Amino acid sequence: MPAAQETVEQVRRIDVDQYKYGFVTDIESEKAPIGLSEDTVRFISAKKNEPKWMLEWRLEAYRRWLTMREPTWARVDYPKIDYQNAYYFSAPKKNALASLDEVDPEILLTYEKLGIPLREQEILAGVVRPEGERRIAVDAVFDSVSVATTFKEELKRAGVIFMPMSEALQEHPELVKKYLGSVVPVTDNFFATLNSAVFSDGSFVYVPPGVRCPMELSTYFRINEANTGQFERTLIIADKGAYVSYLEGCTAPMRDENQLHAAVVELVTHDDAEIKYSTVQNWYPGDADGKGGIFNFVTKRGDCRGARSKISWTQVETGSAITWKYPSCILRGDNSRGEFYSIAISNGRQQVDSGTKMIHLGKNTTSRIISKGISAGKSNNTYRGLVTAHRKATNARNFTNCDSLLIGNQCGAHTVPYIEAKNSSAVFEHEASTSKISEDMLFYCRQRGMSAEEATALVVNGFVKDVLQQLPMEFAVEAQKLISISLEGSVG
Amino acid sequence: MNAEVRAIKTPAEQGLADSFAGARGRLPGKGAVAALREDAFKRFDASGLPHRRVEQWKYTDLRALMRESYPLAALPDAAAKLRAKNAGNVLTGVDCRRLVFVDGAFAPELSDLVPEAGLAIGSMADALAKGDPLVAAHVGKTIATDDAALALNTALMGDGAAIRIAAGVTLKRPVHLVFASGSDKPSSAFIRSLIVVEKGAKATVIESHDSGVAQVNTALELAVGDEAQADYFKITQTRALHVSSLLASIGSRAVFNSFAFTSDAHIVRNQSFIRFAGEDSKGAIRGVNLLRGKEHVDNTLLIEHAAGGCDSREQFKSVLDGQSHNVFQGKIVVQPQAQKTNAKMMTRALLLSDEAEADNKPELEIFADDVICGHGATAGALDPGLKFYLMSRGIHEKEAEALLIQAFIDETIEEIAHEGIRDALKFAALRWLGSRS
Repeated sequence: MPAAQETVEQVRRIDVDQYKYGFVTDIESEKAPIGLSEDTVRFISAKKNEPKWMLEWRLEAYRRWLTMREPTWARVDYPKIDYQNAYYFSAPKKNALASLDEVDPEILLTYEKLGIPLREQEILAGVVRPEGERRIAVDAVFDSVSVATTFKEELKRAGVIFMPMSEALQEHPELVKKYLGSVVPVTDNFFATLNSAVFSDGSFVYVPPGVRCPMELSTYFRINEANTGQFERTLIIADKGAYVSYLEGCTAPMRDENQLHAAVVELVTHDDAEIKYSTVQNWYPGDADGKGGIFNFVTKRGDCRGARSKISWTQVETGSAITWKYPSCILRGDNSRGEFYSIAISNGRQQVDSGTKMIHLGKNTTSRIISKGISAGKSNNTYRGLVTAHRKATNARNFTNCDSLLIGNQCGAHTVPYIEAKNSSAVFEHEASTSKISEDMLFYCRQRGMSAEEATALVVNGFVKDVLQQLPMEFAVEAQKLISISLEGSVG
Repeated sequence: MNAEVRAIKTPAEQGLADSFAGARGRLPGKGAVAALREDAFKRFDASGLPHRRVEQWKYTDLRALMRESYPLAALPDAAAKLRAKNAGNVLTGVDCRRLVFVDGAFAPELSDLVPEAGLAIGSMADALAKGDPLVAAHVGKTIATDDAALALNTALMGDGAAIRIAAGVTLKRPVHLVFASGSDKPSSAFIRSLIVVEKGAKATVIESHDSGVAQVNTALELAVGDEAQADYFKITQTRALHVSSLLASIGSRAVFNSFAFTSDAHIVRNQSFIRFAGEDSKGAIRGVNLLRGKEHVDNTLLIEHAAGGCDSREQFKSVLDGQSHNVFQGKIVVQPQAQKTNAKMMTRALLLSDEAEADNKPELEIFADDVICGHGATAGALDPGLKFYLMSRGIHEKEAEALLIQAFIDETIEEIAHEGIRDALKFAALRWLGSRS
């Protein structure tokens, strides 16, 4: 069938062979000794010049981690990870910079190649600047450290704290101490505990009461070194009535070995606050035979602590050899709201096990889950989600929709939802479907004069539209490019 | 599985081990059957009673629910049989062939054994003891599963029905397997039945369970041949800790309908392993659960589409009152070769009380691309708007609720093709509604 063939072609464009960001930046770096021990933890802590309590916190996590076992419940299959054969800290040699000019030009070039603007002046002096165009502040994390953060001054004037975690530990230890580990406890799970012990950098955001963050904040993660795990920790706090939109992007070079990325993201919203967290995940997925690629074992969780607060997760997952990721919302405050919008595309031999948890604790809490999975090649794509309403979460409401599209007959699409209603006023609705592109729809479009290609594009676009609409403008553009499954306008 | 190496047995597990050790010499069957038992018990012993860390038993923690194990039921005496006489009366008025089992043991004198062409009825215990070829060909072979509760059943299986419907035969009357308890002491029964519906045959089978305080582990292996049709009903109204496994293998161009009705229960786990092994078959797996008090009912399905072109529909509805707990886990697996599969699963829970809990886990596992599969799940309370409408027409609140609940469950019961059974179950549901205070 030509139309289906066309779709296959389009998906092939995002196939593993087409990975654009697989280059390596050749710079000198400083690493912790290979392997993991208390000394590694102490090394990282000392490198960051951390306060004593932080070191204790890390060591406690490390000791706890030693007693834990790697989870095996997810529908992913991968060789055993040798935790002693990896570097847990790697930083470009030239560090501690006064200005961007001192950043290794190689790194600047890297980000330029990735299309991430780090020079404010360039951004500001852009030749064509349509009026009202939004600007984005970027924190660039290269292996284990943050190399640059833009628009710091302007954000500071608004009262917004946006800086690498290591700096936040120096400048705002009281805030970090208060919130770090309060959403994802040290003991949460195997990978989160490992992260707690060895996390190196990440972004820290604090938006004070009543402030609407004047621009989008963004962190761009780049793994460069071989044999290095990336363990970043992001903590975002929106105080009463605050709003912030945060974007996250990531890429890595093409290598034959698997690399571990075990991040933790914690979000906290107080009364009336809102955090919008968007991710375009584009780690190296490995080659066509499943060799290499990033193991993306990430714990992301938001805590709607205050009444009427809102947390919204939007993710476009195209990369990683293995994705193990469940951005969740704890709806603690009354009338709080959680949202999860996801497009997960798997190709080659990628394995995706992703979904969300909506934990309704407060009264009148609402949540919505829209998940779209597209599997192609020999990949497996699983949605795994939990919706639960506790005894006291009266009038909790959830709507879940997870759809899967299969392209080719060697891939798999799976849905594993858990729906737990513990009081009668909770109203939960869940629907899921799996199918290939409907011939009827294609036929209808074609008899209206569209080419097979356009018709497929239209159907696939319609399939992911719900999620794409949730992405911030700048990201939506990138996501469209990334997906390149002929979304609107990309066929021609 | 994430079963851990365990050194300590719970008292119930120890009790079961003792039961097996004490009974292995006198359990029916030698040779291959005895080996099957030994192997099954070894598997059970390695994993122990299923608990919440075992994914399929996440919401029904048998290890916690089963504090002790009751001794195996003795063969029923006359008094026991007398006590069991009225069991299965939920189908009074439906013209069925009643086959009665007291504490798991076949009671021919209470059963209707009028001969019918093409129908062979026997006791499982006899068949196992005699090495019956039909039983040898099927028992333990219908579906491969590593479920611990089923392994326990295989290890300790005592009696049950062994029924064969010959090729091309359409049974005149439904067969009603009445499982009753007669013992006045807490006891346990391990029931194993086999029904073979051969090519082109048609049969309706009802299994009803009512008993007092007991532990019942029952399993039915059902082989539906090519072009055959089997309509299977399971009615569970029992105060026992009741674990039931249905293992069904469906041939080509066959029809399989199943309906599970559970009310006034204590702890019930109905697990169904259904495999569409042949092409172009149709299946409908439905159920209604009515719960109150501290009742716990778990319906777990594993529907495997192993051949192309099959249609399956799963529909379960539950009404929960009091502090009851309903669990639905349904998994549809579509194998790579099962193209053109059409599978739809729907589960709905109606919560009447703030203390009730409904857990739903509808799963899809799909490896073929040319399929249409979907599932839906809802949980919620009665619609206050509808209730208000009825009350504004002068209908009393309780009555309005009852009408709405009835409408909710009737939607599923209405799908039953057999008029007598449909009416009997509607009546059973009404009786349950009537007894709501």
